[in-house]
Amino acid sequence: MTAGKFQRALENITRVRGVRGAMLVAGEDGLIVAESLMEGVKGKAVAALAASLANRFRRVAEASATGYLQFLHLQAFEGVILTVPADSGVLVVALAEPKVNVGLVRLEMLRAAEALAG
Amino acid sequence: MTGTRAVEQWTVAPLERFVTEAGARLTLLMTPAGQVLAQHGFARAVDVMSAAALGAAIVSSTGELARMLAERDFTALNHQGVKHGIFLSGFESPRGRLLALVVYGPDSSVGLVSLFFEELVRDLVATCPPPAPKKPVLAADFERELNESLASLFGR
Repeated sequence: MTAGKFQRALENITRVRGVRGAMLVAGEDGLIVAESLMEGVKGKAVAALAASLANRFRRVAEASATGYLQFLHLQAFEGVILTVPADSGVLVVALAEPKVNVGLVRLEMLRAAEALAG
Repeated sequence: MTGTRAVEQWTVAPLERFVTEAGARLTLLMTPAGQVLAQHGFARAVDVMSAAALGAAIVSSTGELARMLAERDFTALNHQGVKHGIFLSGFESPRGRLLALVVYGPDSSVGLVSLFFEELVRDLVATCPPPAPKKPVLAADFERELNESLASLFGR
């Protein structure tokens, strides 16, 4: 997949109303692969912490025999963090306002994850 | 594994915070000459000394490579293994240039380590006392100070 395709995948997510930014993060390393973020968002910190969170939840899912982690939705008072792991080991991460249409963002994130695998 | 031990006590609080937040298994703070200021996680003196000497040598070698390439010093070096990663970086402090060697496992990542390393540097620079005035080095003082440093690092 080329850098242009990475950016297109992110653009489809950030086009959803209420999304503040989206990133592709190397799941093992917590480093940014591609990003499209609003000003003021600490991308490096979000990438490292989201990857750490996803790894821990993956272990929780394994330990509780609930299967492969598909979607993480962290709801906070001032926003939401959504994470979808792609087969390639990359995480699709989106940051959005609290009242964002989570279903729509999730759909775009799953499409981005599929595109990354393809 | 052991906790945090330091020759320079002002390094303890920032180092403990870093280790907790970054999920580091082993950490060494040292001078470019390999003199250890603080360590976390090492159980044996010989391991600390070897790691400090090797870490300082790596930074020296990469620094020389940087100079050959007409670059400024490399800021950080990460070596990713199957089970562990090694993060090695230098930074400026009121005590001069210092180095940090961090070993992390699969419960952490280079992203987390480098993120919290920036905080560690800020904390260390903020808490670092001004350098003490230089004294002549006497053989008796040298041995006593060496013993005190080893006792601080390993509680012996």
